[in-house]
Amino acid sequence: MSLGPDNVKSIAHLARLEIEEKNIEEYAKSLSSILDLVEQMNAVDTTNVKPMAHPMDVSQRLRVDEVLEENQRETFQKIAPKTEDGLYLVPQVIE
Amino acid sequence: MEWETVIGLEIHAQLRTKSKIFSSASTAFGAEPNTQACAVDLGLPGVLPVVNAEAIRMATKFGLATGSEICKSSVFARKNYFYPDLPKGYQISQMELPIVGLGSINIDLEDGTKKTIGITRAHLEEDAGKSLHKDYHGMTGIDLNRAGTPLLEIVSEPDMSSAKEAVAYMKKIHSLVQYLEICDGNMAEGSFRCDANVSVRPKGQKEFGTRAELKNINSFRFVERAINLEVERQIDVIEEGGEVVQETRLYDAEKHETRSMRSKEEANDYRYFPDPDLLPVVLDDTYLDEVRKTLPELPAEKAARFVSELGLSDYDAGILTASRELADFFEAVIKESVEAKLAANWMIGDVSARLNKEDLSIADCPVSATNLAGMLKRIEDNTISGKIAKDVFNGMWIGEGDADTVIEKKGLKQITDDSAIESIIDEVITNSPNQLEQYRSGKDKLFGYFVGQVMKASQGKANPAQVNKILKDKLK
Amino acid sequence: MYHTKTLSELSAMLGAGEVTSVQLTEHFLQRIKDHDAQLNSFISVTADQALKAAADADEKRNAGNAGPLTGIPIAHKDIFCTKGVKTSCGSKMLDNFESPYDATVVEKMQQAGVIMLGKTNMDEFAMGSSNETSFFGAVKNPWNTNAVPGGSSGGSASSVAARLAPAATGTDTGGSIRQPASLCGITGLKPTYGRVSRYGMIAFASSLDQAGPMAQSAEDCALLLNAMSGFDPKDSTSLEKEVPDYTADLNKPLNGLKIGLPKEFFGEGLNKGTDEVIQKAITEYKAMGAEIIDISLPNTHLSVPVYYVVAPAECSSNLSRFDGVRFGHRCEEPKDLEDLYKRSRGEGFGEEVKRRILVGTYALSAGYYDAYYIKAQQLRRMISDDFTKAFEKVDVIMGPTSPETAFNIGEKSDDPISMYLSDIYTIAVNLAGLPGMSVPAGFDSKMPVGLQIIANHFDESRLLNVAHQYQQQTDWHKAIPEQFK
Repeated sequence: MSLGPDNVKSIAHLARLEIEEKNIEEYAKSLSSILDLVEQMNAVDTTNVKPMAHPMDVSQRLRVDEVLEENQRETFQKIAPKTEDGLYLVPQVIE
Repeated sequence: MEWETVIGLEIHAQLRTKSKIFSSASTAFGAEPNTQACAVDLGLPGVLPVVNAEAIRMATKFGLATGSEICKSSVFARKNYFYPDLPKGYQISQMELPIVGLGSINIDLEDGTKKTIGITRAHLEEDAGKSLHKDYHGMTGIDLNRAGTPLLEIVSEPDMSSAKEAVAYMKKIHSLVQYLEICDGNMAEGSFRCDANVSVRPKGQKEFGTRAELKNINSFRFVERAINLEVERQIDVIEEGGEVVQETRLYDAEKHETRSMRSKEEANDYRYFPDPDLLPVVLDDTYLDEVRKTLPELPAEKAARFVSELGLSDYDAGILTASRELADFFEAVIKESVEAKLAANWMIGDVSARLNKEDLSIADCPVSATNLAGMLKRIEDNTISGKIAKDVFNGMWIGEGDADTVIEKKGLKQITDDSAIESIIDEVITNSPNQLEQYRSGKDKLFGYFVGQVMKASQGKANPAQVNKILKDKLK
Repeated sequence: MYHTKTLSELSAMLGAGEVTSVQLTEHFLQRIKDHDAQLNSFISVTADQALKAAADADEKRNAGNAGPLTGIPIAHKDIFCTKGVKTSCGSKMLDNFESPYDATVVEKMQQAGVIMLGKTNMDEFAMGSSNETSFFGAVKNPWNTNAVPGGSSGGSASSVAARLAPAATGTDTGGSIRQPASLCGITGLKPTYGRVSRYGMIAFASSLDQAGPMAQSAEDCALLLNAMSGFDPKDSTSLEKEVPDYTADLNKPLNGLKIGLPKEFFGEGLNKGTDEVIQKAITEYKAMGAEIIDISLPNTHLSVPVYYVVAPAECSSNLSRFDGVRFGHRCEEPKDLEDLYKRSRGEGFGEEVKRRILVGTYALSAGYYDAYYIKAQQLRRMISDDFTKAFEKVDVIMGPTSPETAFNIGEKSDDPISMYLSDIYTIAVNLAGLPGMSVPAGFDSKMPVGLQIIANHFDESRLLNVAHQYQQQTDWHKAIPEQFK
C-alpha cells in the first residue's frame, strides 16, 4: 500500500502533528512499508469472526455515584504551561 | 412551489448524578474554575475512566419510559478530535452500540390530535469543558469543571414537520427527563441543550433535502424562531437557484439570524473505535425489571388518569402534568378532598399567573398545597366567594397565614344570611329610586348596577348567587 | 557484595539483620554513580528520597513491622507516574513533567516497603525494541556496550543485568519486558492482562499494556508480583481475581509437565545460535520429567501485522492528550490553536512515535477502519483461539524469546520493519492477554539468550514454578557481565 506526501499531510493534520517538509517523503516511505506489512492480513478469511477488543470476555464494573475527589487545582496547575485566574490559557478560540 | 419541512432534534440532557460519568469529581454547578476537575477529568498521563452506575441507571430509565430497546451490552467509543475544552483529545461517547435504541414519544398538536415522534437512539457521553469569553491578552481561558459531566444525547427521527412540532417535542422531552428525575432541565445553566437538523423539500418528494444543523438554541422560543428562520432561508436559497450547503449554523438571538459556523464537509473524521479502557456495559433482565419498578407515573399516563378519573379536560390535564412538581402539587391539593375542576382552575389560573409574574417555580410557591386546599374548601362551603378568594390567596401569598387566618383577620367572610342580604338590597333600592324606575320600565341592563351597589355596600362579601336571586325578586 | 545477591537473598539478609536498608541503598546508589555513565540506564536518580525511605524502612523493621520487600531498593521504569518526581516516559514531551500522583503499582510497592532508587530509561512512550528512541539517549547492553539492551524496558533490563539495582519494574505491550530481559540475560515476567493495575502507567496500547517485574530470578519475580498484583477500582480493565502467594508453588516438581513447542517459533528467521541454546534448555526440561509435545499456532505469523494496526491505533488516540495545554511540552509563542497543537506535538514527539501515531490515525480513519482495525481485531481473536486450543493439550508453551541476540546500536534503527520483527515471538502473547516470562537460558557468541515460557490466563504460579525449577538446575540467571561484577 503506497502512501504519497499528500496522504501524509492529511493524516498529520488529523493527528495535529507538524512534519517538516523535508521529512514528508521519508514518512511516506516508512508508512507505506508498514502498510505493506499489514497487507498480509488480507490473505486470511475472517468471515464471521467476531472482532476481539479485549483479551478477556468480561463486562464493565459500575462505580457507586459519590463524590470522592477534592479540589486539587493548585497541585495540578503547578505543572501547567500557562494559567491565569485558575484557567488554562490557549491561543484565542473563535467560535 | 409548495415546500415541506423536515426536522430532527438532538437533545443533550445533563444527568443529575453527583459525580462525573467517568470520575468521582463533583458535577455541582457554579464552582470556581478547575476546582472540580480531577486527574481523570484533566486527562493526565496514566489516568483511566470508570463508569458511574447512576448514569447507566438514568439512561435506562429514559429508555424504558420511551418504550425503547435497551441495549444489553452497550459499548463506549472514542470520538477523536482536538479542541482545548476536550482534555484527552477524544470524547468518550457511544457509537455503534448505544445504551438506548429505537423508541418514541407522543406530542400534542395544536388541533388537539397526537403525533408520534420517533426516537432513533439515546446514548451516554461525557461533556466537555468550557471556554470563557473573557479575553486574556489575546488568549482564551479554559475551565474544565464541566468536563466529564454525564450527558444523555437523545436523537429524534426526522419526524417533525414544523417548528411548532419541534418545540412540542422538545417540551415533552424536557418534561419527561424532569419527571424521571434524571435531569434538572435548567436551560440557563446548560443542563438541557438542543441542536436542530433542518431541511426542506418540495411537497411530496420522498428524498430528504440537504440539511443544516442549528446550534446554540437554548430556549423553546429560540428553537421555534431559529427553525422558522432557517426554513425561510433555505427556501430562498433554492428558489434563487442555489443549493443548500450541509453546514452548522449558529443562531444569533440578538440579530435574529442564523450564520454559518463551519462546513460539515470539512468536518472532522472522528475515527470512532471502542474505548479499550472500558468494557461492554452488560445489563440483564433482573436489572431492567428493577429499574422499571422505580419509574414514576409518566406524564402521558398521569394526564390520561386526570381525564378519566378526575373528569378534567385533555387541555387542563396536559398543563397540570407538564411538570412533575406541578402535578404533585395539584394532587396534594385534591387529596384534601377539594373538587378537581376547582383545584385545576385555580392552579392553571391564579397560581400559575402569580408564579410567572414573580418568576418562581411551583417548588418555590409561598402558598403550600395544604393552604391552597384550605382556601378552596372555603369556596366550596360558601364561606367566601370565588372573587373574595383572590384576596385570601394574596394574603396567604404574602405570608399573612392560612386561609382561615386571613379571612378572619380581614373579615372576608361571605354574607350568606338571606335576611342580611335582603336588608342591604332594600337599602340600595331605597337609595336608587331613579334606577329602580328605569329598570322596572324595561332597562334590564341596570341589573348590573344594582348588583354592583350591593357588592359595594357589602364590601364584596355578599354571596353573589344569593344576591342575584333575591335582587331579581325584589326588583320585580 | 550486595549487588551479587538476588532480591530474595537480600530480603533474607535484611530479615536476619545482616544489613540495613540504608546500607543497601547507599551501595546501589554508589553503583549507579560509578557505572551508569556507561549504560545510560537511568533518567532520574532519586538519591535523597531513597535514603530517607531506607531510613524509614529500617525503623519499621526495628519496630517489627517488616515484610519481605521492606527496605529493598528497586528502580521504576520511567513510564510509571511517581508523585513529585519527574516522569518522562523517555520523551521530550514529558521532560518537564513532575507527576502530581503515584501510579497504583508505585503505591502498592511503596506500601510493601520497596525503596525507589530512580526512574529507568526506556524507548519513547514504550514504542521500540531497542531503547534507541529515547529522548534521553540510547541505553547500552551491559554484556556489550555497543549493543542494544532491547526495549522498550531497556533501562530496567540493563540496570538489573549490571546489578545497579537488584530488580526493576517494566511494562510489556508487545514484548517490552521479555525481549530486553532476554537480550540482557535477566528474568522478566509479563502477567495476564488485567492482573496488575494500569492506573498511572502512561498508556501506549491500552488493550495490550501490562506492568511486570524484571529481576534476577523467578523467585525474585514472584515476590515482586505478589506486591504488584491485585484489583484496582480505578482501572476498569483490572480484574477482580484473588492474588495467590506466587512464591507458594515455586518448588513443585515438574514431573508430567506438558510443554508445547509451536513449530512456528522454530522456523525461518530464528538465528541458529539462539536455536541451539533453546534446544539445550528443552533437553534440560525433559531431564526434569517434562513431556515435550509438538503444537502449532497457525496464525502466529499474523501477529506482527495485527499488532502494528492495533497498537498504533490505540496509541494514536492515547497520545492525543499531549497538546501543550495542561502539562508537558508547549511550543514557544504559538500563533494560534493549530500552531499550538502541531508544533508542541511536532517538537515533543520523536520519529518513531510520530510514525506510529500516523499509522494508527490512518488505520482508524474513515474508509480504512473496517479494512484495518476491524480486520486486525478479527485476526486477534483467531490468534488467541490458537492458544486456547493449544492449552487444551499442554500446560505451558516454550520457545525462544527473541529470534537473535542483541544487535548493535544503530543496526536496525533505519529499518522499522526489521525492528518490528524482533518481537515476532512475543507479540501474540499480548494479543491473547496471556502471561509470559523470559528466563536466561545460555549464551550465543557471548550474548545472552532467553527462553520464553507462556502459560494460560492467570496461571502465573505455574509459570514461575516452571522457571524456578529450571533455575535450580542451571546457573545462567546468576551470570553477571565481567565489568559489572
